[in-house]
Amino acid sequence: MILDGKCPTGPIEKTWDKHRFDLKLVNPANKRKYNVIVVGTGLAGGAAAASLGELGYNVQAFCYQDSPRRAHSIAAQGGINAAKNYPNDGDSIYRLFYDTIKGGDFRAREADVWRLAQVSNNIIDQCVAQGVPFARDYAGYLDNRSFGGAQVSRTFFARGQTGQQLLLGAYSALSRQIKLGTVKMYERREMLDLVVVDGVAKGITCRNLVSGQLESYAADAVCLCTGGFVNVFYLSTNAMGCSVTANWKAHRKGAYFANPCYTQIHPTCIPQAGDYQSKLTLMSESLRNDGRVWVPKKKEDCGKHPNEIPEDARDYYLERKYPSFGNLAPRDIASRAAKEQCDDGRGVGPGGRGVYLDFADSIKRLGEDTIRERYGNLFEMYEKITDENGYKRPMRMYPAPHYAMGGLWVDYNLMSNIPGLFVLGEANFSVHGANRLGASALMQGLADGYFVIPYTIGGYLATVKPGQAKADHPEFKKCEDDVKSYNDKLLSINGKKTVFEFMRELGGLMWENCGMARTKESLEINLKKIPALREEFWKNVKVSGSGAELNQQLENAGRTADFLEFGELLCRDALHRNESCGGHFRVEYQDEGEAQRDDVNYCYVGAWEFKGDNKVPELHKEPLTFENVHLAVRSYK
Amino acid sequence: MSDHKTMTLTLIVWRQKNASDPGKFETYTAKNITEHHSFLEMLDCVNEDLIHTGKDPIVFDHDCREGICGMCSQVINGAPHGGQDRTTVCQLHMRKFKDGDTIYIEPWRARAFPIIRDLIVDRSALDKIIQAGGYTSCHTGGVADGNAILIPKPVADEAMDAAECVGCGACVAGCPNGAAMLFTGAKISQLALLPQGQAEASARVRNMSDAMTECGFGNCTNHYECMAACPKGINVKFIARMNREFLKAQFA
Repeated sequence: MILDGKCPTGPIEKTWDKHRFDLKLVNPANKRKYNVIVVGTGLAGGAAAASLGELGYNVQAFCYQDSPRRAHSIAAQGGINAAKNYPNDGDSIYRLFYDTIKGGDFRAREADVWRLAQVSNNIIDQCVAQGVPFARDYAGYLDNRSFGGAQVSRTFFARGQTGQQLLLGAYSALSRQIKLGTVKMYERREMLDLVVVDGVAKGITCRNLVSGQLESYAADAVCLCTGGFVNVFYLSTNAMGCSVTANWKAHRKGAYFANPCYTQIHPTCIPQAGDYQSKLTLMSESLRNDGRVWVPKKKEDCGKHPNEIPEDARDYYLERKYPSFGNLAPRDIASRAAKEQCDDGRGVGPGGRGVYLDFADSIKRLGEDTIRERYGNLFEMYEKITDENGYKRPMRMYPAPHYAMGGLWVDYNLMSNIPGLFVLGEANFSVHGANRLGASALMQGLADGYFVIPYTIGGYLATVKPGQAKADHPEFKKCEDDVKSYNDKLLSINGKKTVFEFMRELGGLMWENCGMARTKESLEINLKKIPALREEFWKNVKVSGSGAELNQQLENAGRTADFLEFGELLCRDALHRNESCGGHFRVEYQDEGEAQRDDVNYCYVGAWEFKGDNKVPELHKEPLTFENVHLAVRSYK
Repeated sequence: MSDHKTMTLTLIVWRQKNASDPGKFETYTAKNITEHHSFLEMLDCVNEDLIHTGKDPIVFDHDCREGICGMCSQVINGAPHGGQDRTTVCQLHMRKFKDGDTIYIEPWRARAFPIIRDLIVDRSALDKIIQAGGYTSCHTGGVADGNAILIPKPVADEAMDAAECVGCGACVAGCPNGAAMLFTGAKISQLALLPQGQAEASARVRNMSDAMTECGFGNCTNHYECMAACPKGINVKFIARMNREFLKAQFA
């Protein structure tokens, strides 16, 4: 089937304004008759719940954490992009649009990206009004910095805690609506099923993580703002609770999963120290503004103290390979380059899996105090984890899974192929194509939540009668029963291996065979091994306790079971895409080490339809057309 | 890495089935721990052993494991987050302990934070304080350009110092009175410092102070234990500012 993204046509700069006008409106007096469910309270979910509540809809919001303020958006460090052009350095909406399309390696929709660039400026204003303490200069004006993959300074930031401050802004707006009674907040709830009545999304099934009770919630529309899935690699920069579960349950109920093979590996993370490690910690790539990346030229120098390796024995490989972007090369390129150096035997630190990020030159030029002011909290974090002082010796970095560009398929209105099911933020696939540029995730989350969904959901709700499905509809009971028997099954296996052991094994397979570099052979290995591991899981996993209590093993078991199904889909998508683009690098498709796209055969969104357990999913395609940005080889040389 | 020598530790951990269970300390042994384990990774290892031997693992709150989400919450040897300067439990590493050490692990203890299970407490009272006024009442859309409001760097920086709070509740757990004044003072100060917060300043400080009392938090008697416990180094001067704002609001 050919999918239709329902993108508006005509001059790109008018598309969003025209579409907003064309959308139907819900009468102010009628808004309160509509119930909207928002799952997840990160930047997309928090902003959406607050904005929809303010508009007058009845909102029910859900998060698995103990407070909506803790969603993983909080961990974003570097900043948020906007086309304000405050520094007068040549930025514009068009340039942000162009950079995002190019950065995504021409695998995103033009209209969606244009809209993102257009509303980026509103986001900054909104956050300032909320009291987000963005960095300012002495005269009081907003400060900007440059960020990976951009040649203009368009990134707004709040020390190294931009994500936290933006989320607290959204959380404060949400708190205000909770107090006003327009939003009812449900914490410590995990969505375990999507309720679809007559082909339309009408609610969710949740597990109350404290009591273990299964709960049903009905609504006229459901918004999934449930983040990304890179914990499928086990070790990633995501929080421990991040999972594919909500999205996967929706997929099993019919929502198409688009481009799952587009995963981002972040170039600057603290290398793994041991097998017991539970997660990897990212160091903002803003560090690459002032840090220089290098490895020793000679293998025999790798064991030496870095400060003893003279200048001419160092290979500043990013500056060498990409002279115009240098250390600011986009993430996928910087990550692969780091892997290449380490595969060449010139990596540093434990296992030779690391490259140096060196601040000595910047400290010499700007002084340690300036560097401390810019990145103090990052240096502190690095020292806590590694016991090494980044001011005195170069930091060690290695790439780690970080972000999912792929996600549930949505049309221009952010609605999935299931009517009434909307998907926002990282959970959808829409704007980043095959690779996301730095400081664009925060921008997308808030754009979707504050400035897109408040309009597009009205266009849908205006066409449906409110309150058609209630929680006493038999489908809700059926979903609850299904979840209960699923959980009972997990609890009854009583095997020999723990959930973590399975998750580590799956993560190992994913990283090894479907990580930074993928081949037909490695992917075919995974397509055999993952189903086998899944089968073993359902025979041999050990989950103790009961379902009727707080049970973290059961929570993790459910998430792992979903990853064991999803991982296979990710590999299948990677195998079918016979090209290299953005975060998807197929070893067979390269030109002198650079990714080789195939625009003739693969310039489309690949959206997969679930066909049943252990059945091959069906691929649907949405062709991508580029009318405003010329399809070109993406070069950062 | 595996070539590092390992530690064996005795853990004395608070176990409590649910809110109505009286709870008690249980003793466990943590083996093969290296200096590079984080504290929570050490607990993960203990839990894997417990699961293998058919025992209930220790339940604790955690999520980002990089010191920013504010979810982790444990009192270690009497100190919230373990007592290392500006460090959450998840960022505490085992190099701070020695082979053979005995470590006491307890949940946050405060009247306003009922225990849910083991080391997990209910901190929704902190959300209630924010709901009482920890925001500017701006609408989505229709706001002025970000540069229309000038905020000189020193002011923006001080607001940011206050805004760094992760809402973990260590300040409450550390306070002999179970007060949430550092938490509340930080939010009030952030907004009081900024021009955007001025319009509602009086109502905000009154409403948030009332919410604090209603939720069962105590009052400040200048012990400064909150600042010592705070993983983000929030300064007690923000409590002073809150008190000043509160006094000002009486005449507003």
